[in-house]
Amino acid sequence: MELRAYIARRLLLLIPVLFGVTVFIFAITMFFSPTERATLYVTSPQGMRDLPSIIEQYGLDRPFFVQYGTWLNQVFHGNLGWSNVVSMPVGRAIFHYLPATLELAIFATPIIILTGIFFGSRAAAHKDKPVDHATRVVAILGWSLPTFWLGLLLMMIFYGYFRGLLPPGRLSSAMEIMVTSGDFIRYTRINTLDAILNLNGPVLLDALRHLILPVITISTVNVAFIMRLMRSSMLESLGKGYILTARAKGVQEKLVISKHARRNALIPVITVSGYLFAALAGGAVITETIFSFKGMGWWASQSALRLDISSVLGFALFMAVMFVLVNLVVDILYTRVDPRVRLGGGVQ
Amino acid sequence: MSSWKLMLRQIVRNPLSLAGVIIIFIFITLAIFAPLIAPVPEGHRDPYLIPHDGYSITPQPPSEEHIFGTTQGQYDIFYGCIWGARTAFRVAFLVMAITILIGLVLGSLSGYFGGKIDEVIMRITDVFLAFPALILAMAIVASIGPSINTVIIALCVVWWPSYARLIRGDILALREEDYVEASRGLGASSARVILRHVLPNAIYPTLIMASLDIGAVVLSAAALSFLGLGAPEGYADWGQMTEFARNWIVGPQNDPLKYWYAVITPGVFILFFVLGWNLLGDAFRDIFDPRLARR
Repeated sequence: MELRAYIARRLLLLIPVLFGVTVFIFAITMFFSPTERATLYVTSPQGMRDLPSIIEQYGLDRPFFVQYGTWLNQVFHGNLGWSNVVSMPVGRAIFHYLPATLELAIFATPIIILTGIFFGSRAAAHKDKPVDHATRVVAILGWSLPTFWLGLLLMMIFYGYFRGLLPPGRLSSAMEIMVTSGDFIRYTRINTLDAILNLNGPVLLDALRHLILPVITISTVNVAFIMRLMRSSMLESLGKGYILTARAKGVQEKLVISKHARRNALIPVITVSGYLFAALAGGAVITETIFSFKGMGWWASQSALRLDISSVLGFALFMAVMFVLVNLVVDILYTRVDPRVRLGGGVQ
Repeated sequence: MSSWKLMLRQIVRNPLSLAGVIIIFIFITLAIFAPLIAPVPEGHRDPYLIPHDGYSITPQPPSEEHIFGTTQGQYDIFYGCIWGARTAFRVAFLVMAITILIGLVLGSLSGYFGGKIDEVIMRITDVFLAFPALILAMAIVASIGPSINTVIIALCVVWWPSYARLIRGDILALREEDYVEASRGLGASSARVILRHVLPNAIYPTLIMASLDIGAVVLSAAALSFLGLGAPEGYADWGQMTEFARNWIVGPQNDPLKYWYAVITPGVFILFFVLGWNLLGDAFRDIFDPRLARR
């Protein structure tokens, strides 16, 4: 299938998915009575008197599809609604909190993929040797660790025992002041990147210090996952005929591993990148909440906890679009790594 | 009978699998004999509610009376951890059973009949899979109201689509097998073909995936509880007990690790429960899926 037509078809499929996600989330919120939903707009005890007019104004007692239609209409006009939890429009909230989460992902993803691939393929190359046993034990332990508990343990050690070494939040207050002052230009709101662009060493160091624990917390489970996957994929590829051929030809063992086996073993790892994206998004909720590293995950969890419907819907739309795009890129990448695979299914 | 013996021998031979069996066996024992190991105090109404000794919020270190200490609100950690095993088993088994059931019904409809039914069911799974599961589960629990049962419902809602897809894929492959063709040629009804020939062969990969997945279910349930979206306060639930410890991570200046027992103990129970299932899942996969065995 031609690449452009394929991309167009996949993007068209996005429409029913977005429709479904939003209808579903909208339907969940209907468990609450109009009055309960109206109280979300009330900020003071006196405001309770305005409940009937709030219900009237936002049409909270109208039929489900009327309410959904109103919301959808607003979205088409570029208005995602108001995020009560953080007191700003949902659209702005997304761009306000996205950089923190991106920063976590920018540091976590390479760590996850590189450590996972390195130890996974080493374990496979030395099957049943000490390296392999150690990797397997570490992988299965890491895969079984509750992320939130790991976060608490790290906090116990670094907030308590080594007090002040690795502080919570995204920046120390002194650095926060420096960053918000006029001299520091916030190009991306990704602190480390901005610090580099501003050639500001102290901010860079401070931001990195704040990143260490959250990145470890969010990476551990996923490193274990990639390790396991890489190990079994590598073992499969080591059992293939072309490995035997390469060895018989007298190719150096190092080259057999790195060129013949590992390259082919990478394919499943690329396939799960889409899964990894979802895992990071879920992991971000817990990690950001524990370390008060305020990003998308923190915002989404606060919104879900306080049933801030427009925030959850805005977040859902954004996540679904990202998820579909990530999977699209993965599928296209796939054809580059494995020329046998053709777009639109089927193997040559 | 001999296949059971073979399976047992394979498990015993692999130290990691054996460890998994032992861990799960210990947890089953804890769950069954919970009333004997951690007796319900006299006059206590609901055994799943952890008894608490007073209302002081500061956790107390292990003592003769509370061998694991008490957590925030004076809830006995030992009692909570033992009875928490029952909660963990209940959540894990109910979620898995319901998920597999939904997955089997929708997956076999989708895979066997194909066409429009397949398209509709697959687009519905797309909708669920296009969203981070934990956040969707949070929204569901938050809107129905937090309780153990809501957690089970929410996890089923986010978990079934991957099973429907797995089973559909297996059935698509099985549909083309000669024995299915033969049965259809002999005039068997669709229901008979699905129930007698297709499903029995599709069920093994499903059960293997389920055993590998139980750990993840327990972790998600614990995470929901930890975020305050699970059991009611004082319920014997490891996730919630970890949440109780959240305010006590850092002790006073001169003794920063003072409340370690409140933080570490419930997490160790979660870790070992999940670890046990993951080891067992690996063992099952090696045994039942010879393609992957002993690599």
